[in-house]
Amino acid sequence: MIPGAFTYHRPSSVAEAVAILVSHGDEARPLSGGHSLIPMMKLRMAAPEHLVDLGGIADLKGISDDGGTITIGVMTTQHELIASDLLASKLPIIRETSLLIADPQIRYVGTLGGNVANGDPGNDMPALMQCLDATYVLTGPDGEREVPARDFYEAAYFTALAPEEILTAVRIPVPPAGHGYAYEKLKRKVGDYATAAAAVVLTMEGGSVSFCSIALTNVSDTPLFAQEAGEILAGSTLDTATVVRAVAAAEAITEPASDGRGPAEYRTKMAGVMLKRALAKAATRATS
Amino acid sequence: MSDIEQIPVTMTINGKKVQRFVEPRTLLIHFLREDLNLTGPHIGCETSHCGACTVELNGMSVKSCTMFAVQADGAELTTIEGMANADGTLSALQEGFRQMHGLQCGFCTPGMILRAHTLLKENPNPTEEEIRMGISGNLCRCTGYQNIVKAIQYAAAKLNGTEFQEAAE
Repeated sequence: MIPGAFTYHRPSSVAEAVAILVSHGDEARPLSGGHSLIPMMKLRMAAPEHLVDLGGIADLKGISDDGGTITIGVMTTQHELIASDLLASKLPIIRETSLLIADPQIRYVGTLGGNVANGDPGNDMPALMQCLDATYVLTGPDGEREVPARDFYEAAYFTALAPEEILTAVRIPVPPAGHGYAYEKLKRKVGDYATAAAAVVLTMEGGSVSFCSIALTNVSDTPLFAQEAGEILAGSTLDTATVVRAVAAAEAITEPASDGRGPAEYRTKMAGVMLKRALAKAATRATS
Repeated sequence: MSDIEQIPVTMTINGKKVQRFVEPRTLLIHFLREDLNLTGPHIGCETSHCGACTVELNGMSVKSCTMFAVQADGAELTTIEGMANADGTLSALQEGFRQMHGLQCGFCTPGMILRAHTLLKENPNPTEEEIRMGISGNLCRCTGYQNIVKAIQYAAAKLNGTEFQEAAE
C-alpha cells in the first residue's frame, strides 16, 4: 500500500503553515501524528497534493497552566499526555482516556490535535473535550478564533475547521479539586475503537451531585454532549431511580450505526451501561 | 516520471549516519527495507495493527509502516540489526527470546524485541500485566505470547542483575 504522490511541506511556524494552506486550498492537508491520515492515504481514500507537516512547529507542543485553564498544544502526543504530572493532578481523566486509545506505539506518535480535529466519530478525545467543555483555538489567515468542542462537530469527518485553518491549541477549564471522573470504554480488543464509551465529570457536596457533565463516544455521527442526562443527575444522590432516568436520556440521543461492533440497539444499550459504570466510578473518586 | 520531487533525509540508524534522497510518499518501512537493505523490520498488516514493523525512533517505539521517511529526517533509529552487543553476542532480550523459546515462526520477533527494548528502558522492572499491555500493539499470529512474556521477563532480570524465576504454571 503506497500513498499517492504529494509535495511535502515542513513549515516552522503556524503563520507559514497557514500561508501554505491558503495557497493550495483543499488540495492541502495538515499532518500531525498521521495515524489517521496516513492509513487513509495508503488506501487512497485521501490523496492530498500537498502535505503540511506540523511536526516542525515548536509552538504547537506542550502543556501549560494559567490557574483556571490548561492549554495543550495540538502536537502534544497521547504518550506525553499520559506522562504529564500536571494533567495527572488536575485533569486525570485525560490520562485515563489516553491509556485506552490504540496501543503504545500509536500513542507515542498520535496527537491530541489530530485526534480531535479529524472528526472521526470513533476517536475518544472529542467526547472527552465536550465533557470538559474545552475550547478549540483555530488559526487562519485572519487570525485566531475559538470554537467550543460542543459546537465543533457537524457530521462524520465534517467539523467547523475551515480548509485554510489549523487547530493550534485546546483550552480546558480546570474542574474543581476533588471532582470525580471516569472514562468507560467498551471495545473488542486493545486498539479497537469504542463499541460505546462514556465520559463523566462530576462534583459532590454533602452526598449530592452539585454538577455533572456527560459525553458519549462512537454512538452517533459525532461525539455527543449528553446535556439533559447531566442536568437530571444534578441535585440527586445518584439514587437508582434518577440514574435510570439519566441513562435513558443519554440513550435517547444516540444514533449508532450497526456494524462489526454490534447492532445499533446493542450499542445504544452499551452506551447506557458505560454511562452507569462511569457514574459509579466517578462518584467513588469524588470527595465531598 | 523524472519530475517527482526527491527530498534529502539524514538519519542515524544503528549508530551509523545515512543520507539519501527520497520521494516524500516513501514510507519509513520501505526506506529501511528497500533503500537501506535493513530487512529486519517486517511488513505485516500494513495498517498499523500488527507491530511487525516496529522500530525505535528517538527513544519511542513507532510503527514504521505509518510514518513517512521524511518525517524521520534527523532522527536516531534502532532496528533489530542494531540490537546485538558490540562484540556480536546476543543482547539480553535476544538471549531471552532464545532461552525462553520466545519465537515460533519468527515473523513478529523483530517488532517484539524492539518494542520490549523501549519498554524496558522506560520501565526496567515491569510486572507481567505491564509487559502484556506494553506489547499490546504487537501481534503474534502463532499466539506464542506466554513465552514472549517470559523472554521479556528473562531480559529484565538479566539487565537488573537478578535471577529470572519462571512463575509456576
